[in-house]
Amino acid sequence: MNNTIATAGNKGEKDRSDCFVSLQLTSSGGIVIDLTSKVEVLFGEAIRNLCLEVLHYFGIENAHLTIEDKGALPFVMAARLEAAIMQVTETDKEFLPSMLPENLYSSKRDQHRLSRLYLPGNTPSLMINAGIHTPNAIILDLEDAVAVQKKSEARFLVRNALRHLSFMGVERMVRINQVPAGLDDLDYIIPHNVNTIVVPKCESAEQIHEVNKRIAAIQQIKNLTNHVWLIPIVESALGIIKSFEIASAADNVVALAIGLEDYTAELGIQRTNEGLETLFARCQVINACKAAGIQALDSVFSDVGDAAALKIYARQSKSIGFDGVGCIHPRQLKDIHEGFAPDEREIENAKKIMVAFAEATNKGLGVVSLGTKMIDAPVVKRAQRVIDLAISLGKLHKDWRDSDHLVNTQS
Amino acid sequence: MKKSVNTVINAAGRTVPTEVNGVPVIPYKGVGQHRPEGNKYGPPISTCIDFPADGSKQIATLKQALIAAGLKDGMTISTHHHFRNGDVIAIQIFDIASELGIKNLVWFPSASFDCHAPLTKYLEDGTIHHIEGSMNGQLGRFTSAGKMNGVGVLRSHGGRYQAVQDGEVKIDIAVIAAPTADSFGNANGLNGPAACGLLGFALADAQYATKVIVVTDHVVPFPCWPWQIQGNYVDYVVQVDRVGIPDKIVSGTTEITKSPDRLFLADLTARFCEEAGIIQDGFSFQAGSGGTALSIGIYFAEMLKAKGMKSRFARGGSNAYLVKMLEEGLVDYILDGQTFDLEGVRSMRENPTHVDTSPFTSYNYHSKGNFAQLVDVVILGATEVDVNFNANVVTHSDGVLLHGIGGWQNCLFAKCTILPIPLFRDRIPVIREEVTTLCGPGELIDVIVTERGIAINPLRMDLLDKLKGSSLPIRTIRELKDEGEKICGVPAAVQFEEEIVAVVKWVDGTVIDCVRKVK
Repeated sequence: MNNTIATAGNKGEKDRSDCFVSLQLTSSGGIVIDLTSKVEVLFGEAIRNLCLEVLHYFGIENAHLTIEDKGALPFVMAARLEAAIMQVTETDKEFLPSMLPENLYSSKRDQHRLSRLYLPGNTPSLMINAGIHTPNAIILDLEDAVAVQKKSEARFLVRNALRHLSFMGVERMVRINQVPAGLDDLDYIIPHNVNTIVVPKCESAEQIHEVNKRIAAIQQIKNLTNHVWLIPIVESALGIIKSFEIASAADNVVALAIGLEDYTAELGIQRTNEGLETLFARCQVINACKAAGIQALDSVFSDVGDAAALKIYARQSKSIGFDGVGCIHPRQLKDIHEGFAPDEREIENAKKIMVAFAEATNKGLGVVSLGTKMIDAPVVKRAQRVIDLAISLGKLHKDWRDSDHLVNTQS
Repeated sequence: MKKSVNTVINAAGRTVPTEVNGVPVIPYKGVGQHRPEGNKYGPPISTCIDFPADGSKQIATLKQALIAAGLKDGMTISTHHHFRNGDVIAIQIFDIASELGIKNLVWFPSASFDCHAPLTKYLEDGTIHHIEGSMNGQLGRFTSAGKMNGVGVLRSHGGRYQAVQDGEVKIDIAVIAAPTADSFGNANGLNGPAACGLLGFALADAQYATKVIVVTDHVVPFPCWPWQIQGNYVDYVVQVDRVGIPDKIVSGTTEITKSPDRLFLADLTARFCEEAGIIQDGFSFQAGSGGTALSIGIYFAEMLKAKGMKSRFARGGSNAYLVKMLEEGLVDYILDGQTFDLEGVRSMRENPTHVDTSPFTSYNYHSKGNFAQLVDVVILGATEVDVNFNANVVTHSDGVLLHGIGGWQNCLFAKCTILPIPLFRDRIPVIREEVTTLCGPGELIDVIVTERGIAINPLRMDLLDKLKGSSLPIRTIRELKDEGEKICGVPAAVQFEEEIVAVVKWVDGTVIDCVRKVK
């Protein structure tokens, strides 16, 4: 019997909605639970019952379990306990919380990814309300936002969050660790309706193939057919040079993101808000993405306190051809969306194109023209995208074709 | 040990005692149902010939003043809470009482703070029999554990004035800590090292107490102007080295919340107000002191600016943001009950349209009307609400008493009462089948805003109509409750002992609910 004391979870002064569990297997005496919880009066019995259920599920009959609880939701506590159990037993079993029906949605190849909000994969308090802030995507991060010694327990938490925490329709991404180590993360993620895998520090098409091979293997075993998109991040000089190879590595690569923190470190230069030093790298990535027909996503803007600089950053990103930027705090979302929102002129132009297109279609004309200019299909498609985006950001009324709503709602 | 008392079921369906600390009480009858008769209470007649001809009522120490005021067993001693967590005087009063061997006093503060936790020792040794006012933090825990000799009485700010005016509470000695005073007893909160803005919470105490002691660390020559407290009510003036701890009275800066979830709630609340048509030229509002409420003021300001409108008046607690609105012309008047930061104090000193108010003008049940009912929208907090929109502000879901009522009950009389609250705190759902302790009846609570949806009280058909077809997430309160419980689980019922440790008064002095000892 393994009688080491296994631990999982967090109990720092500032940690909330989390718990810290210590588990030691014993040879007799049944299961002894020491619980200290701020919600003891209301949920003490529910917590004990959950712990017993999990322990019995894994066939543990004798153990000493200590739980220091700071209001962890049941899916969090189950993840912590399972992470501890895995350290002292050998098993293939998984204790899975129920999959919420509202989590069974998929994302589309070309849906808007203006904002992607990183959530540290081992910090439940930051995950729980992430959906209400309506980023275009959330990224449950198993890589840089998780301390090395917490990597393993974070997988259980992220898995349980994918199943049992509602992100309210937001695209659900997970950033795995660098390939090849990150391949094992996929076992915990793929079966739980993740929409998109973010592959960090990517430097070759081969890495993408490896990820896809592993995904296929997992899906085969589990008999799954869900579509999983990939977003590789290029964050080295080599990765950026190879960005077209990576962008076109597989059909399910929907975007390429650039990571400028590592890149500037590699070059030994300072990353500035103006970004002149990374202009080449960024344009290289944008060009590769456009050549491959996928989205280009700009690096994370990490200075949460500087809203003014973020606004400029987002506008600049848009102006050179990026389709979105990453962020680490919900309060950055508004500025990002504002920065990427189409301006009044773009909206007016798109409206004219759509109206002309509708007229031409009604008349059964094969050629759409606006004034003396002929409009081809990609222009119409682009205009439709501008209209959709303007509506989703509240810049245009959804019934803009009605005469009542001719005026933009932007004030 | 408290003797067992008879109980009765009041109009809110709550089982409440028929007497408290040996005195009969009236069970809650419903909103606007209780109308006491007779005359208001008056303090004993005083005569100016009994006071020093030179007008100086100064006496060397607080101890001498208390002895001169006739401090003895069983008296009711009042203090105010304008010094918030920086009060040092209340503790000194009971240090002196204990030293003199006085027992069974009733402490009648307008609110208590963490700084008052040391008073538990005087509750334990019998110097203080019980508290009538608020029992926050450690005092609340102490009370909930059944350790207080008497039964605590929780009142709103308006209810405190009502209780003084109708004679329910007779103050024997009022001790009024004042940032500035003259030797005649005129006093204000505007000036001096411990400036706190105003002294409105001490107004009833000055007018109705048998003896009044002003304590200050900043004596100015007569006249101390403005005289927020009139020296004509004052018996003794005591000068001390330090009357309060300035940094704990007001914070030098107030920052809006950085919590994205709270900002989201504030934004959603402001958007609700806009769609409900509440934000109009000349509207009035009051927001509490919490981070969420503070941010709502900022969103209101943005909306007013965008629309080219202004608010006629805002009710304080004032803070830097409200002052900014006043000074930018987005609000005509601040009618202020207490200042929360130094900017509030400065503004009250400098801006004639930043007006000090008292519970008499704002909240009092025995006034001929009050200001609270004139406010268009009030934004308040709560520890819990239930499916009938009833709300709790004094206990937590585990039954422990932790907060006072403040002006919360009185504010419910505004034209629209909105409670922005998270759907759950850590694992504790905030919307319950029934509140643990009833502080405010649901008929006065119009809207609950949570991050996962907004519930409008079905009694407010007008609001429901206005928000029909809105893009805001309007849901029923039951849907919200179910969602909270789906996330957190259904909490177990809290087990209480029979023993009643505190009662909650409604604004009219009737007993709306009681708090029982926790197991």
